[in-house]
Amino acid sequence: MLVLRYALYRFGTMLLTLLVVSALIFLIINLPPGDYLSNQIAELRSTGQTAGVQKAEFLRREYALDRPLWQQYLIWVGFIPGPQGFSGLIQGNFGWSFEFDRPVSEIVGDTLWLTVLVNLAAVLFVYMVALPLGILAAARSKTWVDYTSAFVGYLGLATPNFLLALILFYYGNRWFDLPIGGLMDPIYEGEPMSWDKVRSILLHLIVPTFVIGTSGAAAMMQRLRANLLDELGKPYVETAIAKGMSPPRMLVKYPLRMAFNPFVADIGNLLPAMVSGSVLVSVVLGLQTIGPTLLIALKSQDQFLAGFVLMFVALLTLLGTMISDVLLVLLDPRIRYEGKAG
Amino acid sequence: MPPLLSIENLSIGFGRGDNVVEDVSFDVQKGETLALVGESGSGKTVTCRAVLRILPRIAKIRSGRITFAGREGPVELSSIRERQMREIRGNEISMIFQEPMRSLSPLHRIGNQVGEVLRLHRGAARGDAKTQVLETFERVGFPDPERAFRAYPFEMSGGMRQRAMIAMAMVAKPDLLIADEPTTALDVTTQAQVLGLMKDLQRETGMAMILVTHDLGVVANMAEQVVVMHKGRVMESGSAAPLLSDPAHPYTKALINAAPSLPEDFAVKERPARQDFILEMKEVSKTYLIRGHKAWQEQALVHACRGVDLALPRGRTLAIVGESGSGKTTAARIALGADAPDPGSEVLFRPEPHTEPITVHDMTREERIAFQKQAQMVFQDPYSSLSPRMRIADALTEPLDIHGIGSKSERRDRAEAMLKQVGLNGDMLMRYPHAFSGGQRQRLSIARALMLDPSLLVCDEPTSALDVSVQEQILTLLEDIRDRMNLSYLFISHDLAVVARIADDVAVMRQGLVVEQAPPDVLFHNPRHPYTKALIAAQPTPDINHPIDLDLVAKGAGSPESWPEAFRFSSAVIPSLTVMEPGHKVRCHV
Repeated sequence: MLVLRYALYRFGTMLLTLLVVSALIFLIINLPPGDYLSNQIAELRSTGQTAGVQKAEFLRREYALDRPLWQQYLIWVGFIPGPQGFSGLIQGNFGWSFEFDRPVSEIVGDTLWLTVLVNLAAVLFVYMVALPLGILAAARSKTWVDYTSAFVGYLGLATPNFLLALILFYYGNRWFDLPIGGLMDPIYEGEPMSWDKVRSILLHLIVPTFVIGTSGAAAMMQRLRANLLDELGKPYVETAIAKGMSPPRMLVKYPLRMAFNPFVADIGNLLPAMVSGSVLVSVVLGLQTIGPTLLIALKSQDQFLAGFVLMFVALLTLLGTMISDVLLVLLDPRIRYEGKAG
Repeated sequence: MPPLLSIENLSIGFGRGDNVVEDVSFDVQKGETLALVGESGSGKTVTCRAVLRILPRIAKIRSGRITFAGREGPVELSSIRERQMREIRGNEISMIFQEPMRSLSPLHRIGNQVGEVLRLHRGAARGDAKTQVLETFERVGFPDPERAFRAYPFEMSGGMRQRAMIAMAMVAKPDLLIADEPTTALDVTTQAQVLGLMKDLQRETGMAMILVTHDLGVVANMAEQVVVMHKGRVMESGSAAPLLSDPAHPYTKALINAAPSLPEDFAVKERPARQDFILEMKEVSKTYLIRGHKAWQEQALVHACRGVDLALPRGRTLAIVGESGSGKTTAARIALGADAPDPGSEVLFRPEPHTEPITVHDMTREERIAFQKQAQMVFQDPYSSLSPRMRIADALTEPLDIHGIGSKSERRDRAEAMLKQVGLNGDMLMRYPHAFSGGQRQRLSIARALMLDPSLLVCDEPTSALDVSVQEQILTLLEDIRDRMNLSYLFISHDLAVVARIADDVAVMRQGLVVEQAPPDVLFHNPRHPYTKALIAAQPTPDINHPIDLDLVAKGAGSPESWPEAFRFSSAVIPSLTVMEPGHKVRCHV
């Protein structure tokens, strides 16, 4: 009951945060002087193409770019009616991309869920690798197991991702016949979902997951090891041993549970780091994720596209933190019953 | 009959260092209590951990044998396989640790942690384990075993947690219980009750007990056999009664002499004719809001101090005594201006005799700076109150530096002089704190407090983290500098023996209220309030003929609702502080 109340409360604060974030994003995108259309109009004027100017002027009015900034913002979010009435983010209209001359929703459509897919796979990879290795390194601290895992981990941290990507593509293709580049075979693009398509996507996911996940896994592993080593020195561990528990059973039941908090709290931070960190990798690997699109949009001041992508990343982050916060409350009674002790 | 546990010529060392336990031998008979006594660093804890083989990884048993008369015949604990050892831990030999706050996992319910012992050793099903655990909970004095079963450790007080630890150790009905300073972290009244409980349980089950402690008062109340350790060696051992009344070894004698106890008679100081108060607290209250300002939680108020009225005459010592959570530290912090009291409270400070007082919580910037020079604090834990990265010279001159007093060489000279004042050498200035022992560090923190030439010193349990012999020296030092430099002390403590010695006036606090106030001679010979009586009764004395009177403790240490009619108070009705005779006030209904 308490958890449910907390989740609702947390959801409320998340919406508020999202609102503030949207204002910040809009402001920052508009900080550089000019916008996509005014740049284009100036360029067209100087080359004397009046027909284009008229279209651009029309678009400016159509998307309310001639209004004051605060009105533009409110129209973008959908709080006040624009030239087409209420049609902003909350009404599900994401705006128009001037760079691609198509609606934003059309451009990001497929890449959105592919982004989520790639990053979820990477997060899963991080946890699946870091958890056992971190525990092993802590339980066998200062032995060859610890040193080897630390060495491999630091190697993973230190290798530039794009380099790792190229190496893995080369050898993956040569030895295991893994596909190179993209997130699916080109023949499936735009096709409806089918078993073959899913298989193709999964095969294509192997290398990107590994590349994006390694550094995160290495960092997470070291953190888990350090936390666990701290916990192993606590008196309650001694109590558990004095009860006659075997070391593995004791380790999993007590210190791991304690060391798990930061592990869970990291979910929120992992997502944005991966989305922004995977831009370069996505370019190198030719993944149809949202990263490269964001890069193009930011470079050309394509404000609605950039704004939408940034909002999406912010939403992912906030959802991640919310999930980790609620999980923490479920996991740790001290947080759940805070202040109830008497 | 062979002894239950026999330790022969045990030597233990850390890494390649010298032995920390050297050639220790003793036997524990079935059903008897053996006390392992010594100061910190004497090797008593390492010895008892060696029995269960739960030593730190770098510690090695270098020689000796530990033999245990187990249920399936004698086993040699020092050489059996780890697997066999696990069968014995928690089952035939169990252990209680010093810090009940940290010895239980905060994330698992108490019932789960206690029942685990049965599941491990008896293969008990969840339901069976629960019935047995509930029985044990009832036995160790949980008022509501079902609730305790479901509770998390942080929902319980220290005493209740230690009861849970005892339940955990007892649930498998072991033959030997090792208790490592089981009551050191507890308040005296709680300590008395927990000790009483352990004794009862022992009588019922017939188990033997090794009690590791530094407190000879606890030994006198609990033990049949005593082993005194010092620097890893056994100094003296034998039956408790003769050893305590007529110690043979000089170290044991010194230990018994240093043991704090309530003095029989007090040197009564004459009361000053004209009252010149350096510090006056009038109607000081402090209310805390807990459960923060979180939208999804309800609020709750805690009354840390309720209408505290205290006055400290110049050159005297006023002590505030009480258990943890009684509000004594809050009162001290308010006196120093470190916390703001609720509106309506007033704290007055007179820097010079018979001058206009300044109001501590309504000062101008200049007044505040002057006040901070006049009032200084000595903290409880000398290990964490000195920065490990600052040389002593820097730590001592920093206050002068902040207030811009003197030149660099003058500050240094003063620091050197101050070190001599507190009984250290002037040439220690360039050392770092880690090069000093606990007692020396406490001297350093006193020296630091004295650097600004204050007139008021607030001492927050300055001796409770120290060994008894060191405690004695620090108290002497405090008395000495008080008289030499005409200081006034506000002395916070939970230790009545310490207070009896140093204070001119004692205020006993409970739940934010002063329940009784009197000079020590009156308070200790003629206590009126049940809580004061309980505190005095709970104080263990190293005299085997003076066991703790548990009835008296139980009467006063319970909740204020359980006190006799005349003293009872509830949240609605609080009796007022009544003057019984000059200087003796008791909170009671008249």
